[in-house]
Amino acid sequence: MELYELSAHELSEKMEKKEISSEEIVRSIYNRINQVEKKLHSFVTLTEKEALLQARNIDEKMRKGEFPGRVAGIPVAIKDNMCIKNVRTTCSSHILGNFISPYEATVVKRLRDEGAVFIGKTNMDEFAMGSSTENSYFGVTRNPWDMDYIPGGSSGGSATAVASDETILAIGSDTGGSIRQPAACCGVVGLKPTYGRVSRYGLVAFASSLDQIGPFGKDVEDAALLMNVLSGYDENDSTSVNLDVPDFTKSLIENVKGIKIGVPKEYFVKGLDGEVERAVKQAIELLKNLGAKIFEISLPHTEYGVAVYYLIAPSEASANLARYDGVRYGYRSPETEDLLEEYEKTRGEGFGAEVKRRIMLGTYALSSGYYDAYYLKAQKVRTLIKKDFDEAFEKVDAIVTPTAPTPAFKIGEKVDDPLQMYLSDIFTISANLAGIPGISQPCGFSKKGLPIGLQLLAKPFDEEVLLRIAYTYEKNTEWHKRKPKL
Amino acid sequence: MVEYETIIGLEVHVHLKTESKLFCGCSTEFGAAPNTHACPVCTGMPGILPVVNKKAVEYTIKSALALNCKVASRSIFARKNYFYPDLPKNYQISQYDEPLAQNGYLEIGTDSGRRRVGITRIHLEEDAGKLLHCIGSREIDGSLVDFNRCGVPLLEIVSSPDITSPEEAYTYLTTLKNIIRYLEVSDCDMEKGSLRCDANVSVRLVGKKELGVKAEVKNMNSFRAIQKALEYEVKRQIKALESEERIIQETRLWDEKKERTYPMRSKEEAHDYRYFPEPDLVPLIVEKEWIENIRKTISELPDERRERFIREYKLSEYNAGVLTAEKALANYFEKVVKLYNNPKVVTNWVMVELLGRLNAVNKEVEESPISPGQLAELLKLMEKGTISGKIAKTVFEEMFNSGKNPQVIVEEKKLVQITDEKEIGKIVEEVLKENPDAVEEYGKGKQKAIGHLVGQVMRKTQGKANPQLVNKILKEKLLKK
Repeated sequence: MELYELSAHELSEKMEKKEISSEEIVRSIYNRINQVEKKLHSFVTLTEKEALLQARNIDEKMRKGEFPGRVAGIPVAIKDNMCIKNVRTTCSSHILGNFISPYEATVVKRLRDEGAVFIGKTNMDEFAMGSSTENSYFGVTRNPWDMDYIPGGSSGGSATAVASDETILAIGSDTGGSIRQPAACCGVVGLKPTYGRVSRYGLVAFASSLDQIGPFGKDVEDAALLMNVLSGYDENDSTSVNLDVPDFTKSLIENVKGIKIGVPKEYFVKGLDGEVERAVKQAIELLKNLGAKIFEISLPHTEYGVAVYYLIAPSEASANLARYDGVRYGYRSPETEDLLEEYEKTRGEGFGAEVKRRIMLGTYALSSGYYDAYYLKAQKVRTLIKKDFDEAFEKVDAIVTPTAPTPAFKIGEKVDDPLQMYLSDIFTISANLAGIPGISQPCGFSKKGLPIGLQLLAKPFDEEVLLRIAYTYEKNTEWHKRKPKL
Repeated sequence: MVEYETIIGLEVHVHLKTESKLFCGCSTEFGAAPNTHACPVCTGMPGILPVVNKKAVEYTIKSALALNCKVASRSIFARKNYFYPDLPKNYQISQYDEPLAQNGYLEIGTDSGRRRVGITRIHLEEDAGKLLHCIGSREIDGSLVDFNRCGVPLLEIVSSPDITSPEEAYTYLTTLKNIIRYLEVSDCDMEKGSLRCDANVSVRLVGKKELGVKAEVKNMNSFRAIQKALEYEVKRQIKALESEERIIQETRLWDEKKERTYPMRSKEEAHDYRYFPEPDLVPLIVEKEWIENIRKTISELPDERRERFIREYKLSEYNAGVLTAEKALANYFEKVVKLYNNPKVVTNWVMVELLGRLNAVNKEVEESPISPGQLAELLKLMEKGTISGKIAKTVFEEMFNSGKNPQVIVEEKKLVQITDEKEIGKIVEEVLKENPDAVEEYGKGKQKAIGHLVGQVMRKTQGKANPQLVNKILKEKLLKK
C-alpha cells in the first residue's frame, strides 16, 4: 500500500503515531503525480519545492512537540481560482495566464494555519464556467476512470486529483454544481457548504451570490475534516455569516434512524439516465432499510432552475469579469492603437468562447430595457425556488437526488451544444440559487465503469445532517473504496 | 417681452474625511506619492471583496440628518458598470434605487427671503483613481494611473430642480459647504477635489408647466465657475429658444479660459450603466438607535449659530453671517469674546484685521499665528490705555509675524503710551517753539493749524503720546500764548 492511497484521517493517525512524516507523504504524492499526471492533466501549476518546505516545517514542529494544526502535513490541492500568495492564479484562462497573486485567500490562509501542504493548483473550466473542464485554456482534464471521458466541472482538476491519488484532499468552488458534479463524475466525495459558511475572500468571483468554496475527499470523514478548517466567519467577506462552526467530525454518526428524507418527484423525470436512476433508487432503498423515513416531496419550481441560473450567474459574471482589461495585470494585447481597441483585443483574445458567451448573456440581461424582464424576473423566481426548499424542509431533514442526470460524458460530446452542457447541472443548480448545502458521494457505477453520484441537500447551515446521512451510507457500502486503474 | 425662468438642479460630490477608504483599509490622505495608498482591494485584484467602512456610513447619516433627510433603515449598494482605466473593477460600487437617505431640504437665504431647496437623495459611493496623460512625452508616451484616490468615500448629494438662478446655485453651494464643514465630515475643498459639482440646467417660458430640455454641465472648479457656467448656459439656451433652435439633452463641459460650455462627444456619454445590486455586500441595515446617537453628535449648525450671534452679541445680520460661516472662525470669535467681553470691538478686529491678514497670506483661521487669548490680551491693553488704537495695529502686525504675546512686544519695542502730562507738556513746548508759523496762524483763528501741531507731537513720540492728552495740552498752551 502506498501512502498516496490513504485518506487524510488515516495519514493523520500514522503521523501522530510517528510512523510516517509529512515529507514522506508529500514525496509519495509527487511520485504518483509523476506517474499519472501526463495522462490526466489535473494540475495547472505544481508547487513541489514549496510543498516539501512546508512538509519539513510541519515535521519539525511535530518533533518539537508543537501542535501543527488539524490537517497538518496533509497534501491539499487548490482549485486554480483561489489565491495563494506569490503563486500563479490563472482560473485556467489566458487572460490571467501570468497573474501571480500578491495576497492570500482566506481559505488558503486557514489551511496554511492548520498545517496543510499545498501540492499545486488544479485545472478547471475557465473562470469556473463549464461542466466538463474542457473550457480550460491549458487543455482538458481526463476522467481517471476512462480517459475518453470528462471529469465533470468546473472543479474537474480537483476531483480528478483526489480520485487518482494525486492529492489527499482538494478544494473546489461550486456556483451551479462545480464541486458536486465532478465529484459524482470521478467517484469522490464533494460538499458545497451553505452560502456564507465559507469565506469567498480570495476566490476569483464568477457569480458572487452563488459561489461557495468546499472540500473534496476520498471519503465523508475527510470532507468533514476539511469543513472544520474551511468554515467560519471572515471579516473580509461581508456575505460570510457570523455563526458558530460545529465540529463536523462529530456528525460522523453511523445512524439514520428516524431521519426524514425527501425524494423530490421533479428530479426523477425524462432525461434522467436509467443506470443513474437505478443506482439512486437503490441508495434510497438502503437508507430506508437503515432506518431513515422516506417521503415523496415536490419542489414545483425546479424546472425554472437552469433558466434562472443562466440569467443571474452571467449577469454577475459580466461585472465580475470586467476587471480583466489588461490595464493592471494579466494578459494585454500587444500593439493596440487606442484604449477601446486595447479593451476589445485584450478581452477578445484573452477570454475563451464560453466565457465570452456568458459575458454577453449577462450584459444583455442587465441592459436598460431588458433588466426587468430578465434579471429582475429571474431574481423573483429565485425567491420562489428558495421558498420551495423552505417548505420542503419543514417536512423533511434532507433531500436525496441524483447529482447529475447522467454519468460522465465523452470529451467533445457537448462542446458545441451549450444548452446540453448546461443541463448537466440541472440537479445541482437549485441548491446554489437557494443557498443551501449539498453533498455528492459515490453510489454506484455504470456498465462502462463510470461512477454515479448521490446528492443530499439540507436546510441552510445544516451540513451536519448531510455528513451524518452520507457517513452512514458510506459505512454500509463499498463504492468509495473502488479505485480507478491507471 | 417674453420672460423665461431658469431651473437648476445640482449634484454635489463630497469626499468624506474618514481615515481609511470606503471598502478597504488604505489611507485616504491627499497628495501622497502615486500608488502608495493602494492594496489588492482598491486596485481590483481578482478575488477581492469590499467591506463597508462604518465611519463613512456614520458621516453620511450625519450629513443626511443635517440636511433634514429621511435615513433609510435598509439601503442597497449597486454596481455601476462602465470601462475606464481609473476604475479598476470597471464598475463603481454606488447606490441606485435604494439610497441611504432621501427627501430632505436645505434652507438658503435669497433676495426674496429664506427658502428651502429640496434634497432628493444622498448616497454613498467609491471614488475612482486619477489618470496622468503623458502621450507624446519622451520618457513615457502613454497614460499612467494613480490609484490613491480609488475607493475614497464619496457622498453624493442631489438637489431637487428647485434652484431658480445661477446666483442661487452659488448660495446653495456655499450654504451646503458650510454645513458639511460644520459637521466635520469633509473639507469641501474644490481645489483638492474634495468637493465636485455637476449642474443640470434648463429654461422655459414663464407659465409653462413642463420642464425645458436640460443640459448637464460639468468640469467647473470653483463655485464662481459654476455660477458663470450656469449664466452662460442660461443665455445660450434662451438664445437657442428664441431662434427656434432645438435644444438637445446633452452633457456640456465648462471651458474656464474661454468662459463657455461646449458639448461632450456623444460617444463619451452614451452609457448604459447596467446598475444591479452589489452581490458582494449585504443590504445596509441602519438601526434607529444608531441614527439617534448620530443625531446627538450634531452640534449647532451655521443657521442656528448665526441667529444666536445676532441675539446674543447684537451683531448685524451680515457680520453674524460672516463670523458663523466657518465653524473655526465662529469658535475663534467666541473664545475672544469670552476673554474680552466687547463683541462689537472683537467683531471689528476679527473681521477686518484678522481675516484681512489671513486672506493676504492665504491661511485658514485654524492656522492663525495669533491665538484668541492673544487677541483678547491686545484688546485689553488698548482698553486700559496702555497702547493707543493706532499702536495696537502695529502690535497686531508684529504678533501676526512673530506669534509673540502683545505685552512682550509692547515692552520690547517700548510702545507704552505716554500719559504723563508733564512729559507731553515738555514735548508740546518744543513743538510750539519749532513751529512759530503754525502758532501764529492758530492765533489768527485758523483752527486747522492745530492738526499740524498734533502731528508733530506724535512724530516726536513715535505715535506713543496719548492723542487726547496731546490735544488737551496743546489747546491749553496755545490759549496762554
